[in-house]
Amino acid sequence: MSAALDRAQSAYRGGLALLVAAAVYEALARSGAFPPALLPTLPKVAATLVNQLLDGTILEHAAFTLYRVLFGLALAVAVALPLGILMGRLRPVEHFFLPLASALMPIPSLAWVPVFILWFGLGNTVAILVVFYAALFPMLLNAWSGVRAVNPLWLRAAGAMGAEEHALFWKVIIPGASPFIIAGLRQAFLRAWIAVVGAEMLAASDWGLGWVIFDAKEFLNADVMLASLAMIGLIGFVFERLVFGSIEHATVVRWGMVQTAR
Amino acid sequence: MPHIEAANVALIYDTPSGRVPAVEDVSFGIETSEFLCIVGPSGCGKSSLLNIIAGFLTPTRGEIRIGGRPVTGHGLDRGVVFQDFAQLFPWRTALGNVTFGLEMKGVGKAEREELARRQLALVKLEKFAQSYPHHLSGGMQQRVAIARALAYNPSVLLMDEPFAALDALTRDEMQRLLADVWRETRKTVVYVTHNVAEAVFLADRVLVMTPHPGKVKADVRIELARPRNPLSVEFLEHQKMLLHHLAP
Repeated sequence: MSAALDRAQSAYRGGLALLVAAAVYEALARSGAFPPALLPTLPKVAATLVNQLLDGTILEHAAFTLYRVLFGLALAVAVALPLGILMGRLRPVEHFFLPLASALMPIPSLAWVPVFILWFGLGNTVAILVVFYAALFPMLLNAWSGVRAVNPLWLRAAGAMGAEEHALFWKVIIPGASPFIIAGLRQAFLRAWIAVVGAEMLAASDWGLGWVIFDAKEFLNADVMLASLAMIGLIGFVFERLVFGSIEHATVVRWGMVQTAR
Repeated sequence: MPHIEAANVALIYDTPSGRVPAVEDVSFGIETSEFLCIVGPSGCGKSSLLNIIAGFLTPTRGEIRIGGRPVTGHGLDRGVVFQDFAQLFPWRTALGNVTFGLEMKGVGKAEREELARRQLALVKLEKFAQSYPHHLSGGMQQRVAIARALAYNPSVLLMDEPFAALDALTRDEMQRLLADVWRETRKTVVYVTHNVAEAVFLADRVLVMTPHPGKVKADVRIELARPRNPLSVEFLEHQKMLLHHLAP
């Protein structure tokens, strides 16, 4: 079967599932079992979303949220990628940081919010730190696993061709661990995206999609809440499928290092 | 002076159940441009010996000298080809794999691609320069590995059962190709195999090793004219003689 037809079919199946879910919701909203203010119909939610898109407010909120996520994610990658690789290469580094990671990892990132507010006050710093914390561990563990999964034969062959530590790192270990590194990046983004909305509800002063949802509760604006939720889902979907999916296809799938499911 | 010399080389593995000698007091010399095959059953220490020559293992006693200098680690004077197809870097094209050693040597981009293309032509893969390894067959991947090991122009080529995982037809084709490559490049080759016919087809000289502990049992010169015909009487006689040495 051709790839294009395959993609069309998968899009069709995905669309069908969404359509059924939307129809069930719409039927429930119109049944009168709940007050319309709590369960607005989909056309109303869509109209709110379109209005907010047209006046640009939701885009501005989304931009703030994205900025926090990408900033925190970049920090997390900058720390976790080298550290995870060092952990995989050097026994003492692994012995020092692995127990530390195991102890810190189970603490939900949102549990840090009050502590961070105490230390840094309300605002961007807290949200970025929460994102950093959420993204750090998936990236760290995947980088660590990735290094340990590098085929020793590649290291041996590279060594025989005169590769020193620096070349081994950039030209063998990083590409060799890339299936794990990309999986780590994906998981880190997802955790970060989930964490940022929570952090914004608790710590953001007046911008961000999380804050919009939390603020809308004051005015019983269920349509605004649902429109923002749709926006959160949409941006997450775009990143997951388009950004990370494309990175994966351009690298590890193209190199045959991971197989695509049939 | 021989190009490669092994002087009383011994390798002893420390295992939980005691010290196991893998290679015991092996000595031999290999002349420049000689094609030497090391033949023996699994466990005879032939791969260990190759890894010592490559510098991946340090012998417990004795030493290997190449061009008179003792081997202390791997170096660009030796190219190595392994059995496993996975030795190629999957994230690099065939050309990218072949340029790796030249890149490490600091050769400029245009020059190393030119040199790599020449090596790919030598193994008849010039059309596949831009292919990634997972799009190549096992035999083609091993040819890329040979081109990669030759690209930075080492004087010694070390091969550890490079064709053992190929089907019989492809293996025959690879052996003929390797014989041509050797005739053109005149490298000193050390080739490890458990396949007696392969050794008779390729080698100037065959070392027969026996296991427990790994020892050289016979040193046999193959005086057949090239290209060799595996169906000729002389060929089969050589094969029979090697098998006789291998029999316990």
